[in-house]
Amino acid sequence: MRPIVVGQAVTKRFGDFVALKEIDIEVENGEVLCIIGPSGSGKSTLLRCINQLEKIDGGGLWVDGELTGYRIVGDKLHELDDNQIARQRLATGMVFQRFNLFPHMTALENVIEGPIQVLRRAPKESRDHAMELLGRVGLAHKADAYPIELSGGQQQRVAIARALAMRPRLMLFDEPTSALDPELVGEVLQVMRDLARSGMSMIVVTHELGFAREVANRVVFMDAGQIVETGAPEDILMNPRNERTQSFISAVLN
Amino acid sequence: MQSTKKDPTPSASAMPDISHYDISHYKVMPKRHYRRFIAAALIVLAIGGLLRAFANGNIEWQFVGQFLTSQAILWGLWNTVLMSILAMALGVVLGVIFAVMRMSKNPVLRYTASGYIWFFRGTPVILQLLLWFNLALVFPTIGIPGLFEARTVDVMTPFAAALLGLGINQGAYTAEVVRAGLLSVDNGQYEAAKSIGMTRIRSLRRIVLPQAMRVIIPPIGNEFISMIKMTSLASVILYSEILHNAQNIYYANARVMELLIVAGIWYIVVVTVLSIGQSRLERHFARGSRDSA
Repeated sequence: MRPIVVGQAVTKRFGDFVALKEIDIEVENGEVLCIIGPSGSGKSTLLRCINQLEKIDGGGLWVDGELTGYRIVGDKLHELDDNQIARQRLATGMVFQRFNLFPHMTALENVIEGPIQVLRRAPKESRDHAMELLGRVGLAHKADAYPIELSGGQQQRVAIARALAMRPRLMLFDEPTSALDPELVGEVLQVMRDLARSGMSMIVVTHELGFAREVANRVVFMDAGQIVETGAPEDILMNPRNERTQSFISAVLN
Repeated sequence: MQSTKKDPTPSASAMPDISHYDISHYKVMPKRHYRRFIAAALIVLAIGGLLRAFANGNIEWQFVGQFLTSQAILWGLWNTVLMSILAMALGVVLGVIFAVMRMSKNPVLRYTASGYIWFFRGTPVILQLLLWFNLALVFPTIGIPGLFEARTVDVMTPFAAALLGLGINQGAYTAEVVRAGLLSVDNGQYEAAKSIGMTRIRSLRRIVLPQAMRVIIPPIGNEFISMIKMTSLASVILYSEILHNAQNIYYANARVMELLIVAGIWYIVVVTVLSIGQSRLERHFARGSRDSA
């Protein structure tokens, strides 16, 4: 089976600042990959490049076997237009640190917006699927609530349902629990755990080392725009070889 | 908890005697607002004087009552309301288009929008009205070559000139209001819309604009109220709105003040109705926000 994500020498700059330095990465289908690292290490940027919220300045990124952002014609790369990029994004679902639910829509309307407006699915079918997803994240009873009426944890679970409603091949989580009150972290992690068990390919940027250890197939440690160390969760989290990984993990744990 | 009020010497414990801290048996005397009474008295006096002056002045109030519902005035009122709605509608449509253009990545669209706003905000409305109305001086005929052609004086009626002048001018102001509204929406909303596969235009229409409406509606309501009154400028190009018709009547019967009061009453009525409609609209677009409850 082909990998769900392949990154080859991915480089991203913001002005003079190099956020990603020639990153090589490969994520298998069905794999759960956790990315850890200090803030500013480029882990969120990498995630945002994968679904083209950021445009990369060098290298190439393939999602589900398709080169992102460009079409290869002969020996030339043609930039894709807005519509084509929007279509490529359908392969990935994204969950944001700040939830970013649409505040003028109820939970249910948030979830059916994409299927109806973008995928042109029938309202009835979208609604049924949305209710099933809201049930899966334990919020069927909140279908008619507006985001403002939901706790942070509930909002994030609706956001996960909204992303899943597009039936993505890959789910990206950008620090999904960092904006939550401590007592609400567990419910979101539980939903993500269930999702991982269902076989979904996931890339999770997180500071939850316990979650990474339990759920991830592989953990990547990033620092200063580079991948410092990659390996099984036990190896990276319990016996990190690199000095920077060691100091990061001991800093998080203490 | 035990009340110390009725039992000034609690004996049950070693509690200190705090009965002299108890003030609950005093009667509260509210603060007197003498200055408010003085201010109110002065204002009532001033208003009374003003009313008396008008009542005794050279105003024939029965003319005001008589012309308030006369046919020419009601026709002018209808034209004022119609023109306000149409010009505002044109202004909002143009405003949204030019606001989106101004925020586009396409530099041609961006500069075109800036130029439009620059030009129409930079010249007085009355001058724009006169330009449209006198367009025939520049182009005796207008049309699309091969499709149709017409004499400009036939096309550029007072109605058409007023609609174009007021609507296009309004569009320049509305564009800035809409742009402010679009900028007020969190960037995360664009990203969330993109992440579910929306194109830029669709995310604007479905996600960003509805949220921007909360910010856009109050100033637009304000501009609509201005527009009601701005239509009176169209009297200079002979558009038959309420002030124009009032003037026509007083040119004939010399009841200048009476007819100006008639027009004034109707402007206030229309603006009052609009203000009520505006607060309802604001409530509609506040749904899902903190102050919707």
